[in-house]
Amino acid sequence: MKKYWEILREYKISLLISPFLVLITVLCETIQPTFMAQIIDDGVMQRDLSVVTQTGLYMVLISIAGLCISVINIYISSKTSIGFGTDLRSELFDKIQQLSFNDIDHFSSASLVTRLTNDISRIQQIVLMSMRLLLRAPMMLIMAVFFVVRINLELAMVLLAAIPVLSLSIFVILRKGFPLFMKVQQQLDRLNGVVRENLINIRVVKSFVREDFETKKFVKSSEELRDLVVRASNIVVAMFPVMQLVMNVSIVAILWIGGYKVIGGELKVGELISFVNYVMQVLMSLMMLSMIIMTFARASASSERIVEVLDTKPSLANTPEGLSDKNRIQKGEVSFRNVSFRYAGGEEDVLRNVSFDVRQGETIAVVGATGSAKSSMVQLIPRLYDVTGGELLIDGVNVKDYHLDELHAHIGMVLQKNELFTGTILDNLKWGKQNATMEEVEEATRAAEAHDFILSFQDGYDTQLGRGGVNVSGGQKQRLCIARALLLKPKILILDDSTSAVDSETELKIRRNLNALLSDTTVFIITQRVNTMQSADRVIVLEDGEVNAIGTPANLLETSDVYQEIYHSQQMTLP
Amino acid sequence: MANGHSIKASGKPKEGRKTFFRIASYLSCDKGLLFVIGLLIILSIITNLLGSYMIRPIINDYIIPGDYEGLVQTLFVLAAIYLTGVVAVYIQYILLNKIGQRTVTRMRIDLFSKMERLPVNYFDTHQHGDLMSRYTNDIDRISDALTDSLSDMLSSALTLIGIFCLMLYISPLLTLVTLITVPVMFLCARLVVSRSRKYFKAQQESLGTLNGYIEEMISGQKVVKVFGYEKKVEADFEVSNQELKDKSLKAQFYSGLMMPVMQNLSTLNYVIITIVGALLAIFRGVDVGGLAAFLQYSRQFGRPINELASLYNNIQAAFAGAERIFEIIDEAPEVPDDADAVVLNGIKGDVALNHVEFGYRPEKTILKNVSLHARPGCKIALVGATGAGKTTILNLLPRFFDVWKGEILIDGYPIRKVTRDSLRKSMAIVLQDTHLFTGTVCENIRFGRLDATDEEVVEAARLTAAHSFIKRLPHGYNTLLENDGANLSQGQRQLLNIARAAVADPPILLLDEATSNIDTRSELLIQKGLDKLMEGRTSLIIAHRLSTIRNADLILVLEKGQIIEQGTHEELLQLKGKYYTLNKEQFQSLA
Repeated sequence: MKKYWEILREYKISLLISPFLVLITVLCETIQPTFMAQIIDDGVMQRDLSVVTQTGLYMVLISIAGLCISVINIYISSKTSIGFGTDLRSELFDKIQQLSFNDIDHFSSASLVTRLTNDISRIQQIVLMSMRLLLRAPMMLIMAVFFVVRINLELAMVLLAAIPVLSLSIFVILRKGFPLFMKVQQQLDRLNGVVRENLINIRVVKSFVREDFETKKFVKSSEELRDLVVRASNIVVAMFPVMQLVMNVSIVAILWIGGYKVIGGELKVGELISFVNYVMQVLMSLMMLSMIIMTFARASASSERIVEVLDTKPSLANTPEGLSDKNRIQKGEVSFRNVSFRYAGGEEDVLRNVSFDVRQGETIAVVGATGSAKSSMVQLIPRLYDVTGGELLIDGVNVKDYHLDELHAHIGMVLQKNELFTGTILDNLKWGKQNATMEEVEEATRAAEAHDFILSFQDGYDTQLGRGGVNVSGGQKQRLCIARALLLKPKILILDDSTSAVDSETELKIRRNLNALLSDTTVFIITQRVNTMQSADRVIVLEDGEVNAIGTPANLLETSDVYQEIYHSQQMTLP
Repeated sequence: MANGHSIKASGKPKEGRKTFFRIASYLSCDKGLLFVIGLLIILSIITNLLGSYMIRPIINDYIIPGDYEGLVQTLFVLAAIYLTGVVAVYIQYILLNKIGQRTVTRMRIDLFSKMERLPVNYFDTHQHGDLMSRYTNDIDRISDALTDSLSDMLSSALTLIGIFCLMLYISPLLTLVTLITVPVMFLCARLVVSRSRKYFKAQQESLGTLNGYIEEMISGQKVVKVFGYEKKVEADFEVSNQELKDKSLKAQFYSGLMMPVMQNLSTLNYVIITIVGALLAIFRGVDVGGLAAFLQYSRQFGRPINELASLYNNIQAAFAGAERIFEIIDEAPEVPDDADAVVLNGIKGDVALNHVEFGYRPEKTILKNVSLHARPGCKIALVGATGAGKTTILNLLPRFFDVWKGEILIDGYPIRKVTRDSLRKSMAIVLQDTHLFTGTVCENIRFGRLDATDEEVVEAARLTAAHSFIKRLPHGYNTLLENDGANLSQGQRQLLNIARAAVADPPILLLDEATSNIDTRSELLIQKGLDKLMEGRTSLIIAHRLSTIRNADLILVLEKGQIIEQGTHEELLQLKGKYYTLNKEQFQSLA
């Protein structure tokens, strides 16, 4: 919440002026029935034409003044709320850029997107409504009460009695309805979950002929949703009739008591009519207030989601030592010293007691069973996650003592799940190095065996890629991602199973190219393919989060049971 | 995503009339209730108008003459009128709610069951986000329109007419005065609405661009981090964000004008009526009670006009939403089974492709003259580079797509001549991408065969080597999986997929790179399970790792959509052709 105030502080002046503007417009509106009473009592009843015209002129002028003031308020409130929304969105987006992998995993990217789009829009809407309407209803109420008290105190008591009754009933209704609406939201999320799942899994659904099964599931969910919505709405729709009832009862009471007073000569007819008018005004403003409260209730969930992200302390940041930015990666030697690692919220360490040293230019294959934490291990090197025990050194310096930019500039990484972005192929490649020349780009793409297929596209390097690179095949995507990382000319290159969709023929070529192009670069390759393992300088065998064996392939083939097993599972009898 | 598409959705419906009747046909299931609602609306309007009118006799006949007795009696009548009105409104709301939700639920279910019947091709060629937003945004709009806008519009219109008649009855001259301000109000409303609509469209467009950017960058966040690209991304974002700010400001300003302008115009109307009414009253053109009633009406008169404008917009949006939903419902489903289609039952699993030709797009042929024959229980492997057409062959067997030329036979039946359900039930597919559903581990495995007992589920898990890891999950087979099994590793998810296929127990098995996301050691384990699973079943296997298919009965080497070599592992090695090279590359180390 603190962040909100920080942003809103910039709009201090508008925020201070706006209530006054609202007050003036409300005043302009609420004074009208009083003038009207004057016209009827002093003009009509006394047959005095000049009172009618003069008072009438006042009324017209006041009403025009009210219009002008409210237009000004609309401008101010639009400017403030949109400025606020824009600033908050930037703030949130920048915050997300600072988040670590751990944090992103925690929030899930889908939910981060919702927070940046729908949730922010909702909050922006709230600021807008607050500035325009929130103060209006209470002010209207106060002004109306002020005027009716002036007319006749006893009669005003009726209105004063009605207000708490009304407020209480609105409160009770909202109190009962709100939790139900929360449930509605949850059920809606569940329902959309079913839809999303079916969209992704349509092949599975169809191949197991589960269309009817899934439809039944959906029908059940949506009927539950329907019943919930009906239940929740039935409570909330009572609000309007209840308000109307209370106000109508007040009108009857006012006519009763007021009529009695008029007959007794205590009250004038015009005053009685204006009284009824005031009751109508109050009713309208209260209805508006209840609508605002509903919107607020909905927005509070949005706000919570935004604040949650804003308040997250990025679990990965530059250390003071790193900020000084004096350490440079020169060689690309990597040392793990008793490293252990556990994911945030995880129950046990996924890596335990991992120690090894890698020299400059070595190619290290990392192998092991699914879940043996191969990816987790290599992701520690560029500090995508921080070690939770022990230390990790690059060129003898703790990774935490490097500036993050320095790490990212010299460590190239191709992730298991890679993303390309909307834009041309060239734009995407240049992620690796923004000012790369065409020669550099081509050098990288040739090495990644991507140059030829890029040229085979009609627009070559200017071929527009769709979102996530939908218009290239899986293997092509991987090769583009490799080229992107190569453009960096990294000191350390990490390939996390990044040729799985590339056929072995091409993979072999890529590996040969890598050796030629980046002979001084330290390379980590996570792989399943035996010939890749066999061609590495050394192999690290991970088993259940621990280093099982480490050594040259030839050596391991002799000594490591696990490695032998992997090897023989693939090694075939070849003539 | 949600907002990105609303550019389209907020546009005007294309076929208003047709859409209207279509929505009406959904509503017509509740015809009786609708009729009751209509009556209730009329009742509530009458009581409302009558209530306001009563102030005239109350002032003229009782208060001014000083008849206290009569006043009290009339007030009881007034109270009764009000009470009736309130009750009518409440029941009306409750019924509307019910009908609205029922209708929307029907639409939602129709949409979903239609979606389940669309051909696979549809999902490959349409954005999931866009489909999703039909369930969320579009349905929401319809639901709002049905529960609020439609009845409000009806009651606003009726109120307007009612008020008009009563005003005319009280004083034709004052009504004329009121009518002069009405066109002004309409004109202002139109002016503001057309302005704000223009800017809103611009706002929606830049919001769409921004949201697209956000979605892409957030889902690619890890890559952004790896390349240290945060600053650049932030700067790009800022540009779009500022652009949105400029557009939104105008949109919000103009749309914000609507309400206060209307309010003030209605106040102005009130003022004019007061003045003219007072003048008339002085010259006996109208009685005081009549003026009082008139003033009340003038307050009520502004509201419906002002509401009609915004309600109209809501209803337009709902129509546009409904059209987007009907668009899907009208989409051609998978070609229905022939009337004389055979139900495959107890088949042996003889699979044959005869001179098959096929492509996903008319201009690009993928498979050219492909023929193969798998005898029951046979294990056939498809080998070849990416894009050679291996997966395409597997896509054709369950009729996700239909062949252009040639035919596919199962146990001698052309697959076009058998029911699609029985065809698909005769085979199980394990894909490279793992797909799980929200639910327990057990439910996920049972997805393969719904009547499988717990023992059978465990048995299938054991067979496919999934049992040991499932046992170690916090709640074993009852562990809840969410988000496509995000809490499991890739390999574990695949094991569940394989177990799911095992429990289905079909005569034909299609494995598309089933083990390529699994490490070699686990693969070895799974391979044993798969071998057991494949026993006695016809299997078609695609694998990158040639080691996994060397014991296949027949290996087919595909290149550019054609079968260029076939034979057993040994035979093909002897041939020293493409297969031989592939093998050599894969097993030879980089010396």
